[in-house]
Amino acid sequence: MTLLGQFALWAAFFIGTWAAVIGFSGRWHGRPELALSVTRSVYAIFAVLVVAAISLWQGLITHDFNIEYVASYTSRNLPGYFIFSAFWAGQKGSLLFWAIVLSMFAALAQWLTAARYRALMPYVAAVTSSVVVFFVTVMLFAANPFMRLPFTPPDGNGLNPQLQNIGMVIHPPMLYLGYISITIPFAFAIAALLSRRLDTGWLHAIRKWTLMSWLFLSIGITLGMWWAYVELGWGGYWAWDPVENASLLPWLTMSAFLHSVMIEEKRGMLKRWNMTLIIGSFLLSIFGTFITRSGVIASVHSFTQSNVGYFFLAFLLVTGVLAFTLLYTRWERLEAEVQLESVVSREAAFLFNNLLFVGIAFSVLWGTLFPILSEAVRGTKITVGPPFFNKVNVPLGLMLLALTGIGPLIAWRKASTANLKRQFTWPLISGAVVLAVCLVGRMENFYAIVALALAGFTAGTLLQEFTRGTRARHRMYSESYPKAFAQLVARNRRRYGGYIVHVGMLIYFVAFTGYAFKTEMEATLKPGDSATLRSPFGHTYVFTHVGVSQFEQLNRVVTQASVQVTKDGKSIGVINSEKRQHFSEPAPGVRQKSFEPSTEVGIRYTLQEDLYIVYAGSVAGTEEAVYRFTINPLVIWVWIGGVVLVVGGLITMWPGGTTATGSLKRAEAGYEVQLASAGAGSAE
Amino acid sequence: MNPDRRTFLSGTAAVLFGGAFAGRLGAQQEALPPQDAAGSLRDPESAGRSQERATHRDNDPFVTGIEKRIQCTCGCTLDVYTCRTTDFTCTYSPALHKEVLALEDEGKNADQIIAAFVEKYGEKVLMAPKPEGFNVAGYVVPGLLILLVGGVMLAVLQRRARLSRPAVVPGAPPMPPGATPGTSATPPASPAELERLQRELRELDQ
Repeated sequence: MTLLGQFALWAAFFIGTWAAVIGFSGRWHGRPELALSVTRSVYAIFAVLVVAAISLWQGLITHDFNIEYVASYTSRNLPGYFIFSAFWAGQKGSLLFWAIVLSMFAALAQWLTAARYRALMPYVAAVTSSVVVFFVTVMLFAANPFMRLPFTPPDGNGLNPQLQNIGMVIHPPMLYLGYISITIPFAFAIAALLSRRLDTGWLHAIRKWTLMSWLFLSIGITLGMWWAYVELGWGGYWAWDPVENASLLPWLTMSAFLHSVMIEEKRGMLKRWNMTLIIGSFLLSIFGTFITRSGVIASVHSFTQSNVGYFFLAFLLVTGVLAFTLLYTRWERLEAEVQLESVVSREAAFLFNNLLFVGIAFSVLWGTLFPILSEAVRGTKITVGPPFFNKVNVPLGLMLLALTGIGPLIAWRKASTANLKRQFTWPLISGAVVLAVCLVGRMENFYAIVALALAGFTAGTLLQEFTRGTRARHRMYSESYPKAFAQLVARNRRRYGGYIVHVGMLIYFVAFTGYAFKTEMEATLKPGDSATLRSPFGHTYVFTHVGVSQFEQLNRVVTQASVQVTKDGKSIGVINSEKRQHFSEPAPGVRQKSFEPSTEVGIRYTLQEDLYIVYAGSVAGTEEAVYRFTINPLVIWVWIGGVVLVVGGLITMWPGGTTATGSLKRAEAGYEVQLASAGAGSAE
Repeated sequence: MNPDRRTFLSGTAAVLFGGAFAGRLGAQQEALPPQDAAGSLRDPESAGRSQERATHRDNDPFVTGIEKRIQCTCGCTLDVYTCRTTDFTCTYSPALHKEVLALEDEGKNADQIIAAFVEKYGEKVLMAPKPEGFNVAGYVVPGLLILLVGGVMLAVLQRRARLSRPAVVPGAPPMPPGATPGTSATPPASPAELERLQRELRELDQ
């Protein structure tokens, strides 16, 4: 089967090259059969890569340890679902995963895109095929997942214990889906530039793709935080690690794009900026891959260092130069059709929102690369860790939170004083009330106070928007309030789905403030001993060590330490934390320990605070256990915020809804643009 | 059937259908023989490296505060406190923790302890560079750039907004009430035209 896999990779390489060469050359103009050949190549690439993927999975499932990749990431006793996920656990497999998912998205884009955008599709096929060819080239010449060993080991190395977590089955594919799907909007942008069809048509063609990319990235990042929290055992979920930062960068620029694209659709402005954002987002997704795979920056997440980093760097540079050169040649055609009328307008608020999104992206990129820059300039190695990123980015994040509240309340074109007063009175009052509560409650952390006050303000704006809309429907259509609310959201999915996304972001910010009040202690306890910890919410927790037990489970020996917990004198149950020693079985009855023992955290989730218990190990092989007890306030709201954000995104994406159709019709007619630029009389 | 194919198909079936039950199987714990009376573990190696007893100094905010500012030298990229309370296989962070305690015993304050670490391990040991010399750029460039771009944007937008306002043309007919003024080169729309346009826009939005 590996031979078949190899053959499939070469087939993908040649078919993709054909599609790219013919597609970019434009020879298909006036030759429908050639255009069809280019677009059908996309389906063929997907088909052959499916064959390649099945070949690798076959090797994984049948424990063909003669395949180097299979021997490196699996073992005979690895549970089935981790054998499945081992496909993307290593560098080589993840490259194949990337290629096959991209080819699937490329095929879906060809299949699902409406006929009115047909003129763009051969160019889209050329771009997507080029990217697939790049990944296939990396596999064929630098990281071949089908490479065979000169011998067959009796068992594989097994999967890193920290990757043996359900979060790692879901989180990487989600993140990859986000990274990979950005290629489709990028392909449409390049197609629009090449074909000179620079009206808003291409934006409508990619609207759902951009939202989907952003959603997958959001899900992937949140799942990554969850995995770090439950698996890594340090009691946090975001450490500003270069690889985490790399995932945040395209998310930030995509968020900026999702806002600024509304201005292009509604007002015909920011065309150049939107093109720049899409190209930038794609390049940042490749940059993230480069960071993860090159080893150029130290990270706990990186794959093994290899020479694939050079491939990615070259691809990044070539693609960046070509894309921005193309954009430059079309610069004049991307002139805004109207000018901004007032600084106090929604357009201006969106511009400043974009400035902040891109500014934060720059700040994160700057911090990530600053060690390299510093070494180049001063010759001194430095570390840029969480204290640096928090100092630089927290104020920017708070400004963004403020704009989340301000943006939706300001009128399009020009806001009057009366409009501002009407819109901002109640939100400002709600922000002031939260601020007063924080101060009366003697909260001391400055950033937490500001964040909560701004959250109060933003919550006020969102509540006001939903309340006014619901009440208006209730009055106009005599609907009950729940029905009016449901109809409001259903009939204006883009607007109110977007507001629900803002609610999700708001919840995130409130949850992040909890980090400032984290409380922790280490304790060594014999069975029956207790340790006491007081939480920021004023509860007193007593942790009583019950004992340590050992048992076998799946492919590991588990050492489980149990703690009885009381809250304000009332028992709330037993929390277990574990050490897991994994082993492999090269032959029946033969057992070898693999990897160092890993730690499994015991967590009790509540809406107020999580109890987070880590069993560090035992003293001199006895039941006397060393623990770290942590109280993490508001952490569960990070995950709730993630769910709300995804729900909002899905509502926004859901087909139908009246304003989406109206916006499309209007954009197709170029209606508002004519109204504003050529005078009212010419708008028929 | 070819044995390879059989293995593949049965393996696939096991992954697809067996995976769903694996968690349940995992719950069927096979207990090892009971621990002996002395309370020692049957298989101490599986419980990881033997730990030293925690003392009150391990939780001292002075000590942990310092440890959160210096990086573990094992290559994990974590600070000393996080590493020693997370990666219990690391031998570097417990040693660095002891160094911090020893320096505290010498009567050094936090800054002196940090300085001693920088002297011994280099600037890289700091979790964030000191805001001195070139490092200042690290801290201020993003904020300055945002302020600069924001300021330029504001100035440009104000200028454009000013330019887009209608010019007063001497002798021009008065604007109809409620009409939006166009530029001086564009004849103003009549109220009827504006009303029709607004109506059509509303219809498109429905």
